[in-house]
Amino acid sequence: MKLRFGLAVLAAIALALPVAAEDKVVHVYNWSDYIDKDVLADFTKETGIKVVYDTYDSNEVLETKLMAGKTGYDVVAPTSYALARQIQAGVHRKLDKAKLPNLKHMSPVIAERMARYDPGNAHAVVYMWGTTGIGYNAKKIAERMPDAPTGSLRMLFDPNVVKRFADCGVNVLDDAAELFPAALKYLGLDPDSKQMADLEKAEKALMAIRPYIRKFHSSQYIEDLANGDTCLAFGWSGDILQAKARAAEAKSGVEIVYKIPREGAQMWFDSFAIPADAPHPDAAHAFIDYMMRPEVIARCTNAVSYPNGNKDADRFVEAAIKQDPEIYPPPARIATLFTISPYAQRQQTQLNRMWTRIKAGQ
Amino acid sequence: MSANWGLRLAVLLPALWLVLFVAWPLLIVAEISFSEVVSAIPPYLPVFGWSESGPSVSGNVENYRLLASDALYTASLLTSLRIAAVATALTLLIGLPIAHGIARAEPRFRGALLLLVILPFWTSFLIRVYAWIGILKNEGLLNELLLALGLIDQPLTILTTEWAIHLGIVYAYLPFMVLPLYVAIERIDPALREAAADLGARGTATFFRITLPLARPGIAAGCLLVFIPAMGEFVIPDLLGGPNTLMIGKTLWVEFFANRDWPVAAALAVVLLVLVLVGIAALDRAQRRAGEGLA
Repeated sequence: MKLRFGLAVLAAIALALPVAAEDKVVHVYNWSDYIDKDVLADFTKETGIKVVYDTYDSNEVLETKLMAGKTGYDVVAPTSYALARQIQAGVHRKLDKAKLPNLKHMSPVIAERMARYDPGNAHAVVYMWGTTGIGYNAKKIAERMPDAPTGSLRMLFDPNVVKRFADCGVNVLDDAAELFPAALKYLGLDPDSKQMADLEKAEKALMAIRPYIRKFHSSQYIEDLANGDTCLAFGWSGDILQAKARAAEAKSGVEIVYKIPREGAQMWFDSFAIPADAPHPDAAHAFIDYMMRPEVIARCTNAVSYPNGNKDADRFVEAAIKQDPEIYPPPARIATLFTISPYAQRQQTQLNRMWTRIKAGQ
Repeated sequence: MSANWGLRLAVLLPALWLVLFVAWPLLIVAEISFSEVVSAIPPYLPVFGWSESGPSVSGNVENYRLLASDALYTASLLTSLRIAAVATALTLLIGLPIAHGIARAEPRFRGALLLLVILPFWTSFLIRVYAWIGILKNEGLLNELLLALGLIDQPLTILTTEWAIHLGIVYAYLPFMVLPLYVAIERIDPALREAAADLGARGTATFFRITLPLARPGIAAGCLLVFIPAMGEFVIPDLLGGPNTLMIGKTLWVEFFANRDWPVAAALAVVLLVLVLVGIAALDRAQRRAGEGLA
């Protein structure tokens, strides 16, 4: 009897919850070091919607939370290939485009590239995009190898080159979906190959350079490059450029350079999407729409050195960033960039198994 | 009558607590460990489901077979065992003199000394472990000090080695060792030591033949309190260790996050739990037998 009463109370509470009007708050879960924080304050000032901002540094952490369901987040920013998988799993809700008038500012070229992952651009709006390449400490590299092939993947994948930098710290992203495509590209194979034979060749190439890698980490390297603890990093363009800016600010004499490898580099897109069970979908749409304003998104680009997906924002972007070919590559360079498709569950498990073996050096 | 009710409630409440917050979640983990991974929310196919024809049961032991067939899991389990054992031994070696010293200190200082042992807990565990990075890294405080003193001329690589993990575990878990040791040593009747001294035993002989055997329950408790969390430790190897130190906590993380393979992660958790339970049961029996031997 008592139990039944308890259940009735629980049911009543559960029914009552959705009736309450949507709170004026939006929970945003974004990559670390990926926004101009003042933008959040300005958004709250204008709309009265409070922003609760939280960060992650890998697609895996985000996706695991999303797959568990009921994350409480209203806006998330997965990378293209992870987004595609999540859309298939039914994680994200369709955008209500009537609530996103600023979609008119978005670049059709980039939206078209994104449509490969999100058919019809129904679920997501591109926030930033970038490349995965090589960042290095100019002085330390020159000391160890004056004729280093700085613009090439050989910096990382040629054991005879990378071994010279082992003593000053080599960091690569802790991300199989970044390292395997790059290794395949270095070997002259299709970077998007999901063939076991190709992946095994890439594994061998990664294993050959394993002894010279000090750290596998996807966010720490910004700080490590800036303070000189790491001299060579395989990482995301804007992160390395942020390291460069931090080092310059600290006047520590550390000079960081970012290069898009001339063999080709992975080009990726991070997009804002709204989880299907987001508690505040209206606030989420308002937030995404605000972030599509050209002058707002340009401030974020100026802060994090990543290009955005907005065609009208360029005139608000600082010239130093706009004219840097490593940030906004000219069309000829863009042609060398590649994208990858999502891995199926079994491929993903095999890939991560290899990745764990590589990291363990076994 | 009312006393009877109070007693029943006193038994019922903890039992209810255990069922709700220990047994039930464990059963869920066990269920997931027999399920299959799918791309959905949640990312597995529940073993017990409802279909049109009534309740359905699916499930298999594929996940356990994978654990047995892939050397990765055995390797990381052995590494965890080794690191936890070495770190526990080190913690015991360092904790014993500390606990002994506090127990033998003048009573009015003991409170303050114990407070000092617990003091680090007032700061976040994460921050304390993170702080070691600044001390141990190649261009960190320790290396700069040693270089300045002229003791070394090349910075030592300590961070990202197994030694850094040992250091982290000893540092983080020392209070868990010192407190039970202190309680056990403090309880020993001082008359026993005086008797030993009267019978001609020196300080070291008294320590090894009187204090140490009588402190055994404290040693066992302290070692368990350090060993078990050290086995599954994730933060310390992640922050201080290198990528080549494969501990079970990290392997679990990879299964859960990178592979999104809850079933395999659950199976691994079940295996780990069983191993620890078997270990504790064996230790408990040995302990009891030793107790009977003493009596």
